[in-house]
Amino acid sequence: MKILIIEDEEGLRDNISQFLNKEQYTVETAGDFHAAMEKIAGYDYDCILLDVGLPNGNGLDILKSLKFRQKRDNVIIISARDSLDDKLEGLGLGADDYLTKPFHLAELNARIKAVLRRKALGGRNVVKLNNMELDFDERTVSVSGTDIHLNRKEFDILAFFVVNKNRLIYKSALAEHVWGDHMDNADNFDFIYSQIKNLRKKLKEHGTNLEIQAIYGVGYKLTV
Amino acid sequence: MKLLNHTLLYLSASLVFILSTWAVVFYFSMMDEVYDSIDDGLENYKILIIKKAIQDTTLLSKRDFGESNYAIRPVAREWALQATEVFKDTAMYMQYEEDYEIVRMLTTYFSTSDNRYYELKIIASMVEEDDLVADLLHALLWLYLAVIASAFIINNWVLRKIWRPFYQLQDELKGFRLGEDKLFHPPETKVREFRDMNETVAVLLKANIEVFQQQKQFIENASHELQTPLAIAINKLELLLEQSPGTDEQAQRLANVIQHLERMTRLNKSLLLLSKIENKQFSQDQTVDFNARLRQQVDDFTELLNYKDIRVELIEQANLTQRFNADLADILITNLLKNAVVHNYEGGLIRITVMGNGFEIANTGKKQALDPEKVFTRFYKSPDQTSSTGLGLAIVKAIAQFHRAHVSYTYTDNLHRIRFELFT
Repeated sequence: MKILIIEDEEGLRDNISQFLNKEQYTVETAGDFHAAMEKIAGYDYDCILLDVGLPNGNGLDILKSLKFRQKRDNVIIISARDSLDDKLEGLGLGADDYLTKPFHLAELNARIKAVLRRKALGGRNVVKLNNMELDFDERTVSVSGTDIHLNRKEFDILAFFVVNKNRLIYKSALAEHVWGDHMDNADNFDFIYSQIKNLRKKLKEHGTNLEIQAIYGVGYKLTV
Repeated sequence: MKLLNHTLLYLSASLVFILSTWAVVFYFSMMDEVYDSIDDGLENYKILIIKKAIQDTTLLSKRDFGESNYAIRPVAREWALQATEVFKDTAMYMQYEEDYEIVRMLTTYFSTSDNRYYELKIIASMVEEDDLVADLLHALLWLYLAVIASAFIINNWVLRKIWRPFYQLQDELKGFRLGEDKLFHPPETKVREFRDMNETVAVLLKANIEVFQQQKQFIENASHELQTPLAIAINKLELLLEQSPGTDEQAQRLANVIQHLERMTRLNKSLLLLSKIENKQFSQDQTVDFNARLRQQVDDFTELLNYKDIRVELIEQANLTQRFNADLADILITNLLKNAVVHNYEGGLIRITVMGNGFEIANTGKKQALDPEKVFTRFYKSPDQTSSTGLGLAIVKAIAQFHRAHVSYTYTDNLHRIRFELFT
């Protein structure tokens, strides 16, 4: 999988490419409008992370040019601008997703995988981990062929762990992904812990050989 | 005191002084003229009487005034020669008035051809000075009242007319609020002073509005610019946590730093949202079903509410469907629900009532009313809620203002109630 990061902030670019390298992607970067235009003219990418505010050009023009060339690269806009109009404009121009800065790297990872999954033609949208199968379309989980009944939030938690498997998930990255804006207080982390405890219990009952490891005060990790 | 009455006060005070001075001067000059004219008349009489007396000697023996106004008596030659002609005021009994009245009397001397000397006294009736003074004062009082009354009426009419642009300006300024869309329209006027004032005020307001806009823009831009460095810092720490976990204690410290950076991010986002609402960057052209959204949000909160053992009662008295911005409606409900959860206790209650014109979210919590003036101000928070931004209810207030709705806080029956009303 080839990913292109178009972002003028070097710090952010480095963070993302470092993080994505571990996911076995081939990561390329472009720091400004012209470099980005050269890259997209020369190569195809599976996913492009596109910053809207670029020096010497607008990121949305890159998006337009991609569509003009009838390229099928997936695009996720990453922008500091959290306005609905920008979001609608970006998605209207054919972007697949829109992520507002600042974001957690685990969240970016989940978005990239979701976009890649959606564009993968044919076959079921299913991830297998050891003896567990997780179907993103049907929102079902089964262990060795038996379905586990999970509620909506439990499925979201598990799905987030699955796409970020073997990675440390910072606790508020999980909270934001699952509960969105409803959670932003430190005292709610106990609540998240209790939700994960329930999930663990259900997984264990069905004999899943996956472990959700809690790292005290920091977050969680699904080890496969 | 009104400006109108001020001028009138000064006018009436100075008029008392001017009119009394005028009356004194008028009185003396009039009396002077009166004496002058009577004395001239007496002088004329004198000549006529002397001429007549020389022709008709019987007149020389007219000792008393009687029915006429003169009397003649012989005097010694020496006396007559050393005496001078004298005008004087004297009292005399008047049959008509049945009283002594002041008369003007001329005493003079003459001699006949046979060298006899006589004294001639001629009288003329005088103006009655006390009556005159009384009349004059009376007239003066009426004049004074008439002048004041007409000044009052004219003042009222003219000043009202002249000062109309001023009052219009005043009304315009009273209704003016910085940050509201209403434009400032100075009243039209031909009076130069008022025109100058209007222009000055308009320039001043324009400068203020610009500063205010810049201020708002600045907050928005500053919040924007902070997002990227915050993103870089948080992500770098996340990577650090993952790559070199170090000891547990170090990891927790790193996590704690991220937590603080996230708080800063939330603050920043809230400020950005606030200024966006205030800058009216949201449309209002959606129809929002508040009942459905409240149900949905309560559902989203279910796990958290169960965990905290907070009971929710959703009482739908009516259907509330309104023109509203859908995003803002969600933010509004989320903020209010979050507020009701955070300030609640285990085993507490949240009661949501939907009415035809709004909804109320009531919750148990601290058994003490909050300051209804302050709850909606920015950065107001209870001391035990250090991690909250203190902007949640300020955002609620801003959303209310944006939609011309009314939001209020009350504490009754041990419930903190926030009521959001769409038309009042």
